[in-house]
Amino acid sequence: MAIELNFTIEGGDFSNAGKASSKIKKVLKQLNIEAKIIKKIVVAVYEAEVNVAAHAYSGNVKALVGENDVVVMVSDSGPGIENVELAMKEGYSTASKEVREMGFGAGMGLANIKRNTDELKIETKVGEGTTVTFSLNYS
Amino acid sequence: MKINEIIEKINARAATSLPEEDFELEKAFSSDLMSDVLTLEEENILLITGLANVQLIRTAEMANIDVVVLARGKKASPEMVELASENGLVILETPFSIYKTSGILYSNGLKPVY
Repeated sequence: MAIELNFTIEGGDFSNAGKASSKIKKVLKQLNIEAKIIKKIVVAVYEAEVNVAAHAYSGNVKALVGENDVVVMVSDSGPGIENVELAMKEGYSTASKEVREMGFGAGMGLANIKRNTDELKIETKVGEGTTVTFSLNYS
Repeated sequence: MKINEIIEKINARAATSLPEEDFELEKAFSSDLMSDVLTLEEENILLITGLANVQLIRTAEMANIDVVVLARGKKASPEMVELASENGLVILETPFSIYKTSGILYSNGLKPVY
């Protein structure tokens, strides 16, 4: 049976970005999942959380931790992504100066989510928001 | 290098409590770019940085970094210390620059990640 975890994120709230990944990390640790696998998934979730804080108005994270895999869905209300292909390209970013000063916004987030997961799906509508869904198998 | 040896070589102050049993660190990485830190596959390393914010501590948590060194007199905020302590992360503060800190630790045997 899968364990479902839900979290909300506010746009601009960087001090709370990381709460979902932190909790997910603790749950996966309790399930004795291999440390390298845990790192891959929590890095992906953290990148997605930072993306919501950096670009959206609000969002939520839903994680389904199953016996063999973990599926994470990060949905936000926000500006959406105009060009997904470009957004996936390393080095491309529309992040603000403030976000860059915090050590993010280097245009590596989505590419890093892809690198750390088995499957990544991005659904977006300009002016409405974005849903990023990714999964990782650990069996 | 052991944490106590690192503290001595870079005139550091520990902002968090130190682990009861000192342990050996093999590798280090210097960066102000958290996005870059999040791409590292290496774990249980030391990170030298000029940043001092909560995102740094979150990044270290997700990347399985053991020790964070704040360079050039940067101080850890109470929020950073609290979050680091919850996750068993050690924060050190050094008056030295990133360049000097990296140089000293490198020449004392702490290997680079890349």
